[in-house]
Amino acid sequence: MAKKPIKKEDVGTTGHSWDGIQEYDNPMPRWWLWTFYACIVWGIGYTIAYPAWPGISQATSGLLGFSARGQVAEQIAAVDAKNAPMNDKLASVELAAIDGDAELKGYAISAGAAVFKTWCAQCHGAGAAGAKGYPNLLDDDWLWGGDIDAIHYTITHGIRNTDSDDARATEMPAFGRDELLEKEQLDQVVNFVMSLSGTAQDAAKVEEGAVVFADNCASCHGEQGEGMRDLGAPALNDAIWLYGGDYATLLETVTNSRGGVMPAWSTDFRPTQGLSEAEICAVATYVHSLGGGE
Amino acid sequence: MAILDKHAILEKNVTLLAVFALLVVTIGGIVQIAPLFWLENTIEEVEGMRPYTPLELAGRDIYIREGCYVCHSQMIRPMRDEVERYGHYSLAAESQYDHPFQWGSKRTGPDLARVGGRYSDEWHRDHLRSPQSVVPESVMPKYGFLENRAIDGKYIQDVMATHRFVGVPYTEEMLENAKADFAAQADPEADTDGLIERYGDKVQVRNFDGKPGISESDALIAYLQMLGTLVDFSTFTPDASR
Repeated sequence: MAKKPIKKEDVGTTGHSWDGIQEYDNPMPRWWLWTFYACIVWGIGYTIAYPAWPGISQATSGLLGFSARGQVAEQIAAVDAKNAPMNDKLASVELAAIDGDAELKGYAISAGAAVFKTWCAQCHGAGAAGAKGYPNLLDDDWLWGGDIDAIHYTITHGIRNTDSDDARATEMPAFGRDELLEKEQLDQVVNFVMSLSGTAQDAAKVEEGAVVFADNCASCHGEQGEGMRDLGAPALNDAIWLYGGDYATLLETVTNSRGGVMPAWSTDFRPTQGLSEAEICAVATYVHSLGGGE
Repeated sequence: MAILDKHAILEKNVTLLAVFALLVVTIGGIVQIAPLFWLENTIEEVEGMRPYTPLELAGRDIYIREGCYVCHSQMIRPMRDEVERYGHYSLAAESQYDHPFQWGSKRTGPDLARVGGRYSDEWHRDHLRSPQSVVPESVMPKYGFLENRAIDGKYIQDVMATHRFVGVPYTEEMLENAKADFAAQADPEADTDGLIERYGDKVQVRNFDGKPGISESDALIAYLQMLGTLVDFSTFTPDASR
């Protein structure tokens, strides 16, 4: 039942009159007024309980002792504490042994997938299929080795970076730019390299290219172009290309050389945003599990 | 409501009204302006912060010119998800030499406060040329043209002087050598002793865009590779009251 409206003549007017227009002086609704007062009281209480009033050297810290920094530290500590048993185990166990422990492996793959999507996906792709210049991690073609220890080492120290002194680092000579080979020889060796995976164009060039290859390339890429993992020299005979296997791209590669860079992800080298040992083990397990792991 | 009735006195005396209006505005002004005089004590002391090198400063100007801030913030908030995604939350000190600062909450792209060192220079080149080549789902426009725009640091000394005017502690020596430092940072062959002496040994010196000469791309990548890497967090203890 709504209250009976107050009669106009009972409330009177505000007393103002402009050109004969007057305003009734109806009171505020009670519920509204009390809500308003309650808000004021709550507001005062809030500024006492929480950090609020600025002072000379710092703001009042509030009776409840809340701080945004304290809260985030607590939340991170809580999650760390929950994961600690698994993380400790992950960081201490032999990498090869993770495979045999179903619970640990499940944890490592889930945690590793999260790490991968945060830190690795930008180069290697959300699905780890890579992109031009960024290796595909799904196949069994590895530059530096595809067993879990090699993957772990690569993630920890990275490749050709200045972060870690132990980063994997080798350099392919720029055969064209530094004039180590004649233009003709570049043409020949590119034809030979293409022939290794069955896409040769000119038999005569291939023959000459084989000599150039044996003299200049075989020491790293192997006599049959099978590659050499100790040096991060890719196999050239498997029709899997990091930068491209067409003539123009290969010529560019031999002329100016290539050398991908990967940061060293260990917290040893990047304290504010690196990966802990457990996280590295997790993401190594994840990458190893994607299909190409050896 | 006797006091409210007195309101009529104010409304009918224009001088009195002006005096009281001024009083009210003054209170509002003090509340807003006074804390700015104590701004310094919101910035905690940290080790490692330095003003931008001339090349980084030029890169920062390109960042602003191209409107990168429209999609990218540079402020990691103290929340667990942000800290796990981007790294240690940002400190006020890390933006103390930023004019204007690059904070924000509009993130069409990721936060860049700690993007430094996270990717290789080559990744940055590929990504600026065609973001979709490395991140297929990206909606970022292409910025490959930056590589073709040569810069020589002609006005960088003036820019630094302006920053000094608003409080960035560039020394006289830094200003004098602005152009030389600008060129030295992008040239691995250059004599960088002066640059390192002035800006510290963490300054990254290399040919950022991989091409001869200094382009806007060099400056932008130099800036990006430095972001969030300056503070030495091993000596940092968070003060909960900040």
